[in-house]
Amino acid sequence: MDPLIIARLQFASTTIFHYFFVPVSIGLALIIAIMQTLYVFKGDEMYKRMTKFWGVLFLINFAIGVVTGILQEFQFGMNWSNYSRFVGDVFGPSLAIEGLLAFFMESTFIGLWVFGWNRLSKKVHLLTVWLVSLGSIFSAFWILTANSFMQNPVGFEMVDGRAQMNDFVAILTNPHFWAQFPHVLLTSFATGAFLIAGISAWKIARRHDLEMFKKSFNIAITVGAFSAFAILFTGHWQAQYLVQSQPMKMAAAEALWENSGDPAPFTVYANINTEERQNDFSIDIPVLLSFLSFNEFSGSLEGMNDLQAQYEEKYGPGDYIPPVKTLFWAFRIMTGAGGVMLLLGFYGIYLARLEKLQNRKFYLKLITYGMALPFIANTAGWILTEIGRQPWVVYGIMRTEDAVSPSVSAGEMLFSLLTFVTLYTILAIITIYLFVRHIKKEDHDEKEREVMTDPFDQEDGGAGVVS
Amino acid sequence: MSLNEFWFIVITIFFVGFFVLEGFDFGVGTIARFLGRNEQEKKVYLNTIGPFWDANEVWLITAGGAMFAAFPHWYATMFSGFYIPLVFMLIALIVRGAAFQFRGEIHNEKWKATWDWGIWLGSFLPPILWGVVLANFMVGMPINGEKEMVGGFIQFLHPYALLGGVMFLLLTLTHGLQFITIRTTGELQERARAMGRKVAPFTIITFLAFIVIGYFVSDVFTYHGQTFFVIPLLAWVALLFANLYNNNKMDINAFLLTSVTIILLTGSIFIGMFPRVMISSISDAYSLTVFSAASGSYSLKVMTIFSVAILPFVLGYTIWSYYVFRKRIKSDDELEY
Repeated sequence: MDPLIIARLQFASTTIFHYFFVPVSIGLALIIAIMQTLYVFKGDEMYKRMTKFWGVLFLINFAIGVVTGILQEFQFGMNWSNYSRFVGDVFGPSLAIEGLLAFFMESTFIGLWVFGWNRLSKKVHLLTVWLVSLGSIFSAFWILTANSFMQNPVGFEMVDGRAQMNDFVAILTNPHFWAQFPHVLLTSFATGAFLIAGISAWKIARRHDLEMFKKSFNIAITVGAFSAFAILFTGHWQAQYLVQSQPMKMAAAEALWENSGDPAPFTVYANINTEERQNDFSIDIPVLLSFLSFNEFSGSLEGMNDLQAQYEEKYGPGDYIPPVKTLFWAFRIMTGAGGVMLLLGFYGIYLARLEKLQNRKFYLKLITYGMALPFIANTAGWILTEIGRQPWVVYGIMRTEDAVSPSVSAGEMLFSLLTFVTLYTILAIITIYLFVRHIKKEDHDEKEREVMTDPFDQEDGGAGVVS
Repeated sequence: MSLNEFWFIVITIFFVGFFVLEGFDFGVGTIARFLGRNEQEKKVYLNTIGPFWDANEVWLITAGGAMFAAFPHWYATMFSGFYIPLVFMLIALIVRGAAFQFRGEIHNEKWKATWDWGIWLGSFLPPILWGVVLANFMVGMPINGEKEMVGGFIQFLHPYALLGGVMFLLLTLTHGLQFITIRTTGELQERARAMGRKVAPFTIITFLAFIVIGYFVSDVFTYHGQTFFVIPLLAWVALLFANLYNNNKMDINAFLLTSVTIILLTGSIFIGMFPRVMISSISDAYSLTVFSAASGSYSLKVMTIFSVAILPFVLGYTIWSYYVFRKRIKSDDELEY
């Protein structure tokens, strides 16, 4: 087997698995910080109970995010050593600063938060959870500056066949980054929010601790609905930006083989034929693509066949068309899921405001299943972003096939791939099991609550042990 | 001093910091399930590192990030070259992190026992692997003219590397036991001291063997002159005194001295490598150096500014966190039953 394929499979599986946990951490940290703020300023014990209930889920999730994140960082050197040599100058500093600025902050203050309930004053303790949230946002910031360099390389010059940084400001002001960062941040907030809303709905339907879960639902659905609303715009801006910066990616996402007419129609459904480089059948909505791309009712877009010819001229012979079917459907799955989230979110706010929530069994069920939507959308979004960049690992500069480690054998890579996929599967099963177990508990009595945020001892006196 | 040299020092500090801090986590994780005779006691032992181990691991992650940024070739050659050992290291760190979190989630003997083994494996394996890696750093690795390590992973497991693995495991064990003595009281503390006394002779002997054999098989202890061999010798002397202090129940001194041992040993290896970062056993000309492996000066400058601005805060809140959790953990009077 080709080491390239295995290395790519490993990158994909690690990134997708890691990214189940990352947005949950970012989203939950923010919402938990909001909940604890309500507790500190309102002095209502119910909010403390709430903070701790969601805190358990946050901590399990955070732990898995951290351990998969180590692999995420190390695999660049392990599987992609040529890539690391080529771009370490520009790509590495973002990772180093992420470690220094974000990881230390997150891990230290999470320790202080978990073990500090009885050791810190209320306000200082509240500050620790906000710093965890801030740390997770910093982390997203820096890793996305790195990813944006792969998508739209700026701020560098080629020296002896390596990319060397020559303009750090350009890296921080990379237009790709500013199109991507708000989108990723808001989708992360939405992911955490829908998780809390969905679980709260399940609890409300079963009449567990109604007061607390209705309040949880209100907080979460507000964050979720408004994030979903803002995502509409950030997603739209990002797509418009990509039409300019990575026309091939967007042409593939639209299954646009030939140059579109003016105005350009939007393809809702297509039977894509990648052999013949055409769509055998498609359902189109006139003008919509022009509007989505340019905010105008006119304008045409270049198709993949033309772009392919242009790239061959510019970069030499090769296949510059990424997997079209994957991108086309990933794009539709992502935006479709986002749309449903928006509807579920605002309808949820409406029901909550009218105090009708607990009687709407069907909606409660729907929003419980709706928890899956952000995960589906996030995964589809990253597939679109990363596979849409192919055949490049750094857009226009380095091909994925040239990035892989030359000194690592296919056997070694296969061993590591199989090992880690097995490990991920086990971790996923246990994590889901623990989530479900925690959620299903009807009884959230005070003693248990007192100790549940101690990761070594959620059930029998951990708060005592640490003091 | 050039920025290349500065960044070598910074990365050395990250690695040394990682070995000192995560070193006691590894030691505690390796011994806790054997030293604690019941659930309660194991819990106390694990809680000694509770608020810290996660942040201690960040030292390694940051070291990796800083290597990637400042010396991309070092990062690329080392991480792809030590592929299989790193796979095992990652398995261990993943299992350990998950086990710490999972352990307390369910109050069930089998469940806890399973994750106790997870913590044990995840704490036991990394120091051995790091010992192997450090020994290979010392004797050199088959790095060719393309900066690639060749020859597969079995070659890393030569006798000196295995000695390095055993030595480093014992060292973290001694270090971890000393950490327990400054974080606990009473019988649990006494037991850690007693275990420390039992382990000490083995640690002291393998440590001496490691540096004496290292003197002959590697040039790192004497690369800058014979007098530099004083550093690993002082590390050993510190270890002797640590044992002495442990016998006399002067726990804080003992812990400080095991920390000094780790600092001096790992520090002396990095100092002896300098200006090389990866020593080639094929040809001196193929060794990676702080210059041949480095990023451009612009990147180094940017990172210098950032790290100088951020590091004081990191050190500040890290120290604060140790201060907040300075009180010893007791097993008898503060538990609910």
